[in-house]
Amino acid sequence: MELLKKYPKLFQWLFLLVAFFTLCFAIDVPETYKFIRGQAEFIKDPNQSTYTLFGAEVRYYAFDVFWRLPPLLGWLPIWINDSLFFLMNDWMPIEFWNEDTQEFKTQPLVLQITRNLTSFITFLIELIREILLGGVETIVAFTSWDWISENSWAKLPGLPWTIVAAGAAILGYKLSGKGLALFAAIVMIYISIFGQWKPSMQTLSFILVAAPLSFIFGLGLGIAAFKSKRVEKALYPILLVMQTMPQYAVLVPAIVLFGVGDHAGVIITMVVAVPPMILLTLLGLRGVSPEVIEAGRMSGCNNLQLMFKVLIPTARRDILIGVNQVIMVCFSMAVISAFIGAKGLGFNLLLALNQLNIGLALEAGLCISLIAILLDKLSLAWANKQIDYFGNLTFFQRYKNIIFFSGAILIGIIFAYAGSFYFKEGFNYLYEIPHNKGISTADFWNKGVDWIWDTFFQTLKIFNTWLIVDVLQPMRAAYLRMPIVATFVLVMGAGYIIGGIRSAIVVGGLTLFIALSPWWDRALVTTYMATFGVILSCVIGFTVGTLCFQNKHSTNFMLGVCDIFQTFPSFVYLIPVMMLFGVTDTSVLIAVVVYATIPATRYTIEGLRSVPPSLHDAASMSGVTKIQRLLKIEFPLALPHMMLGLNQTIVFALFMVIIGAFIGTEDLGQYILKAISDKKGAGIGLTLGLCVAFIGLVFDHLIRTWVGQRKKHLGID
Amino acid sequence: MTDIVIKCESVYKIFGTNAKKMLQEANGNVDAKIFQENGCIVGVNNASFEVLKGEMLVVMGLSGSGKSTLLRCISRLTDATAGKIFIEGQDLLSLNNKELIELRRNKMGMVFQSFALLPHKTVVENIAFPLQIKGIKTKDSINKAMEMVKLVGLDGRENYFPRELSGGQQQRVGIARSLAVEPDIWFLDEPFSALDPLIRKEMQDEFLRLQEKLQKTIMFITHDFDEALKLADRIAIMKDGIIEQLDTPANIVLNPATEYVKKFTEEVPREKVLKIEDVMEKPNNENLSDLKVLRNEIIENVAEKILTQEKSVSVIDENNQIVGTVHPSKIISTVFGGKKSND
Repeated sequence: MELLKKYPKLFQWLFLLVAFFTLCFAIDVPETYKFIRGQAEFIKDPNQSTYTLFGAEVRYYAFDVFWRLPPLLGWLPIWINDSLFFLMNDWMPIEFWNEDTQEFKTQPLVLQITRNLTSFITFLIELIREILLGGVETIVAFTSWDWISENSWAKLPGLPWTIVAAGAAILGYKLSGKGLALFAAIVMIYISIFGQWKPSMQTLSFILVAAPLSFIFGLGLGIAAFKSKRVEKALYPILLVMQTMPQYAVLVPAIVLFGVGDHAGVIITMVVAVPPMILLTLLGLRGVSPEVIEAGRMSGCNNLQLMFKVLIPTARRDILIGVNQVIMVCFSMAVISAFIGAKGLGFNLLLALNQLNIGLALEAGLCISLIAILLDKLSLAWANKQIDYFGNLTFFQRYKNIIFFSGAILIGIIFAYAGSFYFKEGFNYLYEIPHNKGISTADFWNKGVDWIWDTFFQTLKIFNTWLIVDVLQPMRAAYLRMPIVATFVLVMGAGYIIGGIRSAIVVGGLTLFIALSPWWDRALVTTYMATFGVILSCVIGFTVGTLCFQNKHSTNFMLGVCDIFQTFPSFVYLIPVMMLFGVTDTSVLIAVVVYATIPATRYTIEGLRSVPPSLHDAASMSGVTKIQRLLKIEFPLALPHMMLGLNQTIVFALFMVIIGAFIGTEDLGQYILKAISDKKGAGIGLTLGLCVAFIGLVFDHLIRTWVGQRKKHLGID
Repeated sequence: MTDIVIKCESVYKIFGTNAKKMLQEANGNVDAKIFQENGCIVGVNNASFEVLKGEMLVVMGLSGSGKSTLLRCISRLTDATAGKIFIEGQDLLSLNNKELIELRRNKMGMVFQSFALLPHKTVVENIAFPLQIKGIKTKDSINKAMEMVKLVGLDGRENYFPRELSGGQQQRVGIARSLAVEPDIWFLDEPFSALDPLIRKEMQDEFLRLQEKLQKTIMFITHDFDEALKLADRIAIMKDGIIEQLDTPANIVLNPATEYVKKFTEEVPREKVLKIEDVMEKPNNENLSDLKVLRNEIIENVAEKILTQEKSVSVIDENNQIVGTVHPSKIISTVFGGKKSND
């Protein structure tokens, strides 16, 4: 009784677990139950039950409701799909002026809007792409195809790679100094020499459109949310869901609305990249101290000046993190958009992975990562740039960057021109090194992979088999063995213990959505993979983080490593694991672990860092040992922050599990991937995306509630 | 006559959703307790006063007394719930946004407790900020800002960022920024409260030196009574939003109006606050000693000299005219008398 009073929560948890396991064992697996590999509504089977709602027929296998709920939301994907098509093709037909045919034409409103958006974004991408690579589309946009075919001289020539490389280096120098200039030059030269110029510039043009647009929209919406409570309230649930929505899932509706191609990729990228930008803008603006705002007002700022000269610069730290996130997401999406026809490195990467050509994939992945890091560093340097008012500069000093750049253009053109004489046969290497003429290390890597396979085949296979047979299979079976009642008891019970009745209802509602969808079993598999990844990531991340924290240099080193790893597009993580483990679940899980370890490590370090130094000293003066200090002082105080890391770890793990469908898994991701190539997949893709998002949100809600209470309890905020 | 620069008439500031309505119902009789029960917090309660040109009014009160709120009403960073505020005869509350911005750009400067510097700008950029907001060319604004840098003694550090400066230096930047547009009215909201005692004293002296030179109309907020005594031409003591007493430092020390004010004055060393003229008597024809003291001398500075005399000392003004007398016993009673109640 004493114990019960002292640790009431502990007993609640114990009671919950007992109830959970009792239910698990009390409810037998129905004899007819099996993990359905296909999609129930496409299988015709006399054992199936059906129902029709909103004109959609849903087929399913009926079980005891304690074991599995019937898919009462099965009509939802079909309905979403139909509504989307209705919106696109039939809703609000309005007469629009058509430039090409010079007459009014009746078009549905949404179709017209998406068409206009499409042509606008396509124009932007083509403009940048043709400045870098050359072409005629931009000129066509202002004139016509006929005009172009009559005037063969009218085309953008594209810049020789030497000029772009020099330009990047000069930009790097202007923004930061020699280090960045050198890095920029090396990246550009590397890309060129290894024959990745064209796809790289295609990807770059994609990102140079997607990133600024995302930044502007995110900042704008963030400001709007900051200014108006109503906007914030309207945005908040969308932001929350978008934070945990896997990127695959948004691809599918985009195809319906915008078709395939780079423009659709850019729009989808914006959909994914804008929410974190909004959140961070809002966070930053909220953090500006009221006195600074008052100081701005008293300096006589009007509202615009106050926003752009006081608030935003003062909130710069968070906004810059937002920019960093935008760039990260853009590169990630540059690869994923290749699924819906975006050109560039991502497309090559997917192609190479599909052909299991690890070497090629590695080269493309490396290029993407290098450009990502370069852009990240350039944007950061740009934001931190200072103006010198006092330097009494000569004309040359003042304009030296422009002069150098003009020089680079001149020399680049001369080089390219000279090259056209020197390399008479075939290609002008000083203009552009074509894909198949660059140095390729693909063979080397492929041989490396072969060597690894030859040498370590037995070891890897034994490990692989052990992992699958002795760990993964039983774990998966255990997850699938959970009766739905038991799951609800566990989830809602946890919600109740952590956050009371309200939390229980929230997480219960989220889970109910998944349970009523036709994909409960798949969701369990997704959860099992994510859980496996999260547990390992946390163990590794907490250990590495704690160890690194013991020393200042290793701390900074580790944070730097996390920064760089975070910049890699998520898809790139699949390459090395496929090298080692081929196309298996093991590969996916290892990628999940590696990817999700980044936030786990980072937040561990930052959590430990956030412990006030005065407490350190106080502890040391009480005579604690290092271990005692870690266990009694640092961990308890850092825990709330570390739990936010856990939150991120879960989201990262879920994303990677879904992306892992590319290698072949049997979870929600597999269906999302299928939906991309399905004409009527939009509804399915969205609903599946929501399912994944809701898994994430259940954990997100529980963790956030716990952290909030804990912080209040500890008096830190 | 001297010009009235700031004039407040029955200013109220009450926070809460239905503050206006409650205030109307209260009919000028605001009881903070009743308001609080109804979810309203009284910030400023019926404040009426005037500040003259070139005068320094120090508003003194403990935290939560509403002194900062009062200042924000007068700078219109918040809108007063009721009452009238005039700046140089202009009705502040009737100004539209544009006129208000004009007023702030040209007439007002403000210094903040936490300095409120823009972290992304250097010292000189911070000081030039109000000028650039006004639309002055970058080069001119920087030149003007450099003058200000020199005025507050920060030369050589103009390219530092605020984070690279000490608290005292940061507040010098804040002061320079508030003075950059050459305002007539200068608001200071606990400018020295976040500083170390030694730095604080140094800054106070510096501030007095500046004011000597600039002769601005000042509203100065502080929670430190000694600071108020040291700087003020007049002091307003606030408690729970009400101005308890508004008077010269000497009068407050000699005749505290309420018990609350008395608590502050008891601890005050009077000889450091009062001037000879505050304790002198009318000149009469008694025997005077040869010693002559100036009327605006602080007692502490001349007490020793006076106490060596046996007869009354004559008090003179700047023109060497005798305006009064002080007997040594009066000095003794001033220095020690006030503290009797303490024992």
